[in-house]
Amino acid sequence: MNILNGSAYPNNGVHLNKRHRKAKLFSMLCSLVTWLGVALLGVLLYQVSSDGFKWLDLQFLTSFPSRFPYKAGIKSALVGTLWLISMVAFIAIPIGVATALYLEELSGQGRMNRLIELNISNLAGVPSIVYGIIGLAVFVRGLALERSLVAGALTMSLLILPVIIIASREAIKSVPMSIRHAAFALGATRLQTARDHVLPASYSGILTGVILALSRAIGETAPLIMIGALTYVAFLPEGPMDSFTALPIQIYNWVSRPQQEFHQLAAGGIIVLLAVLLMMNTIAIVIRYKTERKYK
Amino acid sequence: MSLLIPHDIPQAITKHISKPMTEEAVLNLNHVSIKYSDKTAVNDVSFVIAKHKVTSIIGPSGCGKSTLLRSLNRMNDFIPGVSIDGEITFNNQDLYSKGVDAVEVRRRIGMVFQKPNPFPKSIYKNIAWGPSINGFDGSMEELVERSLKQAALWNEVKDRLHESALSLSGGQQQRLCIARALAMEPDILLMDEPCSALDPISTAHIEDLIFELKSRYTIVIVTHNMHQAARISDYTAFMEMGELIEFDVTNEIFTRPKQKRTEEYVTGRFG
Repeated sequence: MNILNGSAYPNNGVHLNKRHRKAKLFSMLCSLVTWLGVALLGVLLYQVSSDGFKWLDLQFLTSFPSRFPYKAGIKSALVGTLWLISMVAFIAIPIGVATALYLEELSGQGRMNRLIELNISNLAGVPSIVYGIIGLAVFVRGLALERSLVAGALTMSLLILPVIIIASREAIKSVPMSIRHAAFALGATRLQTARDHVLPASYSGILTGVILALSRAIGETAPLIMIGALTYVAFLPEGPMDSFTALPIQIYNWVSRPQQEFHQLAAGGIIVLLAVLLMMNTIAIVIRYKTERKYK
Repeated sequence: MSLLIPHDIPQAITKHISKPMTEEAVLNLNHVSIKYSDKTAVNDVSFVIAKHKVTSIIGPSGCGKSTLLRSLNRMNDFIPGVSIDGEITFNNQDLYSKGVDAVEVRRRIGMVFQKPNPFPKSIYKNIAWGPSINGFDGSMEELVERSLKQAALWNEVKDRLHESALSLSGGQQQRLCIARALAMEPDILLMDEPCSALDPISTAHIEDLIFELKSRYTIVIVTHNMHQAARISDYTAFMEMGELIEFDVTNEIFTRPKQKRTEEYVTGRFG
């Protein structure tokens, strides 16, 4: 302990103890905060599942909504959500990734580029209800798409595009410059370099961003209400022009009813929503694991 | 083979060079200055690169030698704010004139970087990618084998061509990068301190390799290892603070330098 005595730091032992104590205290604080979040989530999950689990059965998944809680199900909402999210993925991923690739790799670093970048960051912070209003004005009324799946998917795509673009840009930026230089030095154009090296190397980062964005879209209610997605739908959408409902709308609808049973049904709906989310994340993790292994 | 007659050689060199160069010049640097925004990195440098010889550029850190090297295949184009003055002619064509496509320049003048930078793909794909995007239509397997043999790597990797290039050691990765550049059959191979990230044994491998390659390729190598320059190069350019202090036959630079600064540097009195 006293090996440092007589040096220029005579009190080092005391100071060191103090510093160790501080470090310990801080790490305890951090772990406390971490566990607080986990515990809160646990309580929430417990409450939802204790209310909802008894309603979860095949009948619940395969029935349309009903006035009678024991007959009611979420078939139309579940199918609507799956339709919606597939269409959103189909629209938003190509546009978002292409935009990110253009801004990072293909266009120069001009002032215009910075202006676009700033605007996209701002758009990511715009409340979702505002996107709902745009969707209503442009897609539902302007393009006369009515309350269709297309109108909903386009609105949701607008909502998540900034998130996809920002996440993809970050992923593309994190690809080491040396890889690009290696490609350029072999006589590759920017496009060939981006297509064959930058994009594959940033694949897993882009995927993470895409899944986060889609997860956000799956849980959004406000824009869908704004563009007039229906709350009571006793049929399945058969094409992109059909009207639809979605899980969060169905949940919202059930919660707003006075009867206790409907509240429990809402809890069941939440469990289904969480299950869909979990499934999407699992798929993403599997894809990511596979691509990452390829590049190790 | 055309003898370089005096008017072909820039004035700055004829003043100093100890004996007339007898080789054909492939690259001709004529009063080259390179600026980063306002900061001058290379100032009025002129010398020639002789065909099928190794030319090394030496000098202390920050003397502009890497900047100069990167300007030889227009890799500086990717750094914002770089401007170049003067003339670099390759087969009598100014690399920076309007009609010249930088992509074509880089296809013909290959580069090996300071840190090995293989693509995170298989060994085979590392070699095959460059030729395939440039429209190579011969047998890719033969080309891969030939390139790896030229880079003295074939025996070590022939049974694992489809494993990731990142599983190779640092020295092997650097030889893979050399093989990758050779697969393009470049006229000139630029090397930017190719051994600085390698251990002595790998360094020796690469130096042997450079010695082998010069019968077929023109090599320009930047190094801050003077012994390396003395061992492997035929001509040496010594740079300091962006200026070319001396350019001569390597042997002359290291045994009878004409400039005091060169002498101080090569004898290790500074730098």
